[in-house]
Amino acid sequence: MRWRYIKEGIFFSVVRLSALLIVLALGGLLFYIFYNGYQAISWEFLTEPPIDAMTKGGIMPAILGTIYLTLGAIVIALPLGIMSAIYLSEYAKQGAVVRVIRLGVNCLAGVPSIVFGLFGLGLFVVYFKFGASILSGSLTLGFLILPTIIGASEEALKAVPQTFRESSLALGVSKWQTIYRIVLPNALPGILTGSILGIGRAAGETAPIMFTAAAFYTVKIPSSVFDEVMALPFHIYVLATAGTHIEETRPIQFGTVLVLVALVLSIDLVAIVIRSAVRKKKRW
Amino acid sequence: MVNVQDGSVIKTKKVDFYYGSFKALTDVTMDFERNRVTALIGPSGCGKSTLLRLLNRMNDLIDGSRVEGEVLFEGQNIYAPEVDPVDIRRRIGMVFQKPNPFPKSIFNNITYGPRLTGMSKKADLEILVEQSLRQAVLWDEVKDILNRSAMMLSGGQQQRLCIARALAMKPEVLLMDEPTSALDPISTAKIEELIQDLKKTYTIIIVTHNMQQAARVSDMTGFFYIGKLIEYSATDKIFTRPDVKQTEDYITGRFG
Repeated sequence: MRWRYIKEGIFFSVVRLSALLIVLALGGLLFYIFYNGYQAISWEFLTEPPIDAMTKGGIMPAILGTIYLTLGAIVIALPLGIMSAIYLSEYAKQGAVVRVIRLGVNCLAGVPSIVFGLFGLGLFVVYFKFGASILSGSLTLGFLILPTIIGASEEALKAVPQTFRESSLALGVSKWQTIYRIVLPNALPGILTGSILGIGRAAGETAPIMFTAAAFYTVKIPSSVFDEVMALPFHIYVLATAGTHIEETRPIQFGTVLVLVALVLSIDLVAIVIRSAVRKKKRW
Repeated sequence: MVNVQDGSVIKTKKVDFYYGSFKALTDVTMDFERNRVTALIGPSGCGKSTLLRLLNRMNDLIDGSRVEGEVLFEGQNIYAPEVDPVDIRRRIGMVFQKPNPFPKSIFNNITYGPRLTGMSKKADLEILVEQSLRQAVLWDEVKDILNRSAMMLSGGQQQRLCIARALAMKPEVLLMDEPTSALDPISTAKIEELIQDLKKTYTIIIVTHNMQQAARVSDMTGFFYIGKLIEYSATDKIFTRPDVKQTEDYITGRFG
């Protein structure tokens, strides 16, 4: 009889410990980055280009580059992803074709990011002759996050009550108008939340942009989508592995990491704010 | 729109309906008369809701469903290939079992359909909203809160809003699928009163699980059992001296 309580106690402790460990790991990681990086942060660091073979100065071109690449990926992947999800969940007859498409999407989600990088290199940089550029990098990142956006959008569309669709159709409103006026507006917050989380993830990717967009060093502010840019993750990679002054630039490396993490977390924060705003409003 | 001469608005002719390989309706032939209330009764799964949804082609939405036979609406087979189901649904409105307003304001719930079918003048829309809400006997309760979310209304009010929303499309027929089964007795009484009012203008077909309701509101009653129309005649007759033993057993509560 006693043994049952002990077993329950042990199990409870184990699950609680697991949950605690996750928070600890995240906290530790953030603390480590902040502790090592905060001294590097200054107004100049955020607004100046690197100087002296990237051992001094700031990281402004890399911040800008990452923002451009991320925005580009959103512009490309969000409409494509939402439209695919609408097709899959609203229009397609459930059957072999849909199963194959879903399988494709899931496989795409499992492809290593370096493979996306090489694919982008082959298709956009070389074959379409876009060169290493914002365009090539955004397209590659866009394809990388497409499965996330499709998945999030399908979930959000499925969460819209079937009765909304039925009552709209029963009024003699066409299917497309029903989707456009009723289903999409109600699914949009969910679509955005899921997609933004995926986009945050993409902003920190190195492998996909390494061959397709990222420059080792450039101070030029990009003037077109065919310009190559610096990017935060790649800049960190370069400073930490390929520079001539790896040890001396540690503070800058950590500073850059801190900026990247802050950027990604603030993207996630946008998603969290949207989600909580919607939860308050939702009434079905 | 309102035809003085009697006669039927909708006729089904030897209708069979399948969900995949499951036959939900068998050989249903039935006339729905103009400006009358017709009640469809029968135990759960007897096919009465299926038949109702067949009349405005809502069953089209179900993958793998199939209709055989004819459904004539004002003489035209609504399952003919050249017929657009969207047009049919504009002329044959529907009210569902659970009140299902859109998460929009009361005003925008009513104007949603008319706006998408070309009505855009604010003044016209305002007139239509008042007219529809009055018809649904909801105007006095909501006239000062038209911009508030429809989700704030009580269940009974929501259902009357859904009726108003359907009426705003100026349909000729109103289909009601157990419209009061999710409502309290007072709201139910209001909707039943409303039905009596509406039949002056509309032809109403109502599915109900509630025998008393069928007896109270309808002129004609059809009893369904396992996908077949067992008996169909004047409500008085069905509830006092039905011809078929099964009908009598059902309405006296011996099964179902």
